Amino acid sequence: MNTERYHRQLILKGFNSQSQQRLTAANVLVVGAGGLGCPALQYLTAVGVGHIGIIDHDVVALSNLHRQILFGTRDVGKLKVVAAEERLKALNPDIQFTIYPYKIQKFNILDLLAQYDYILDATDNFQSRYLINDACMLLNRPLVFAAVARYEGQLAVFGVSDDQGKKTNYRDLFPIPPSKGEIPNCEENGVLGVLPGIIGAMQAAEVIKLITGIGKPLINKILSYDLLTQQFYEIKIAQAPANTYQLPNTEIEFLEMHQTDNHLEKELIEIDTLMLENLKASHALIIDVREIGESPRLNPIVYKQVPMSEFDGFLNQEIVQEHIVLICQHGIRSVAAAEQLQEKYGDTKKIYSLKGGLARYQAFFSNQQA
Amino acid sequence: MEVKLICFGRIAEIIENKNIEISDITETDEFKIHIESLYPALKTMKYKIAVNQELIQQNTPITSNAIIALMPPFSGG
Repeated sequence: MNTERYHRQLILKGFNSQSQQRLTAANVLVVGAGGLGCPALQYLTAVGVGHIGIIDHDVVALSNLHRQILFGTRDVGKLKVVAAEERLKALNPDIQFTIYPYKIQKFNILDLLAQYDYILDATDNFQSRYLINDACMLLNRPLVFAAVARYEGQLAVFGVSDDQGKKTNYRDLFPIPPSKGEIPNCEENGVLGVLPGIIGAMQAAEVIKLITGIGKPLINKILSYDLLTQQFYEIKIAQAPANTYQLPNTEIEFLEMHQTDNHLEKELIEIDTLMLENLKASHALIIDVREIGESPRLNPIVYKQVPMSEFDGFLNQEIVQEHIVLICQHGIRSVAAAEQLQEKYGDTKKIYSLKGGLARYQAFFSNQQA
Repeated sequence: MEVKLICFGRIAEIIENKNIEISDITETDEFKIHIESLYPALKTMKYKIAVNQELIQQNTPITSNAIIALMPPFSGG
């Protein structure tokens, strides 16, 4: 352990080398590298959380810079996860980062969240927030929630039992998501950059408290903060009466619950290798979206190589085939790529993604190598 | 009797934080009907009520000088 780097926290009363080791051993996923995610990531990296995952599909825009403080003017146009990792690695090279340059979706969220011990919701829309909430409750993961609007912020810890063994989640507050447009988002609403800075840093503080066991995290409480008056207001969250809402108990229930999330998702078909062979026979275009150098390397005549990092450029080209199959290592990036194609082609083409990717069908792909 | 209102987000634009007289209202269900008749814009909004910093999940008595908070969901980040 780098005791010099962490010296000022190691000498804290109530914090010791064991606390630091807990941080080193921890896995934290930050969903969204925006106004909340940037400051949270900075402090989680600085404090020494051993492994940090960052998921965000977006690129840096000039209008992000007033609040998304990990990014500079030169980063405009770069993937946020790439620019963030660059900055954070410079801040603390001892941290292991895993970046996911795609959108969190009902198809990929469970596999992703299952790999992490703590989830930090730093997204900017209700659809993602309910998706994350339900996935965390299904997988039994602590969730540090935060949201902002104009000059105010909200912060809470969900999915962690209090002294009486009671747990709450976001649906205890608001059982049903508001309809689109009912609540304006930051884009329509405006936000002062320092506000998500304060709330995002507080999210990091809650994660650190949960990992190290110091202090009292906001378990079953929601904290409201008003920047204009510097007032805090805490409300105790009681569980909603039975039958107010239903959380999913299985993956199938989870997928059913979030079925109508996105009309684009309905058309996306996840297939196995049997179906892949059939589609191959009917001259489907099969695209391998893994980066160059990922193994096993597949026969490029059968599997067109279009790395995810070059996918935006590829989208400008026209595809003649009616059936398009996307594949990757674990079937996560391929879903993201498939969605982008769906957005472009709508119902005019059939888009498929190989569920579980090459990793699931190792024997099959051992015969398909270059 | 008199209660104190604390409002968040858009609700603070509709109702300012203040003390209001709620005369013979003694429970949260009645209070919700009352406040929505005074401020009809609330009828179409999602919000949660807390009394004395405790979230209300079912009809609950309101005592004099209670602090009633009205909190909408935020989604920004």
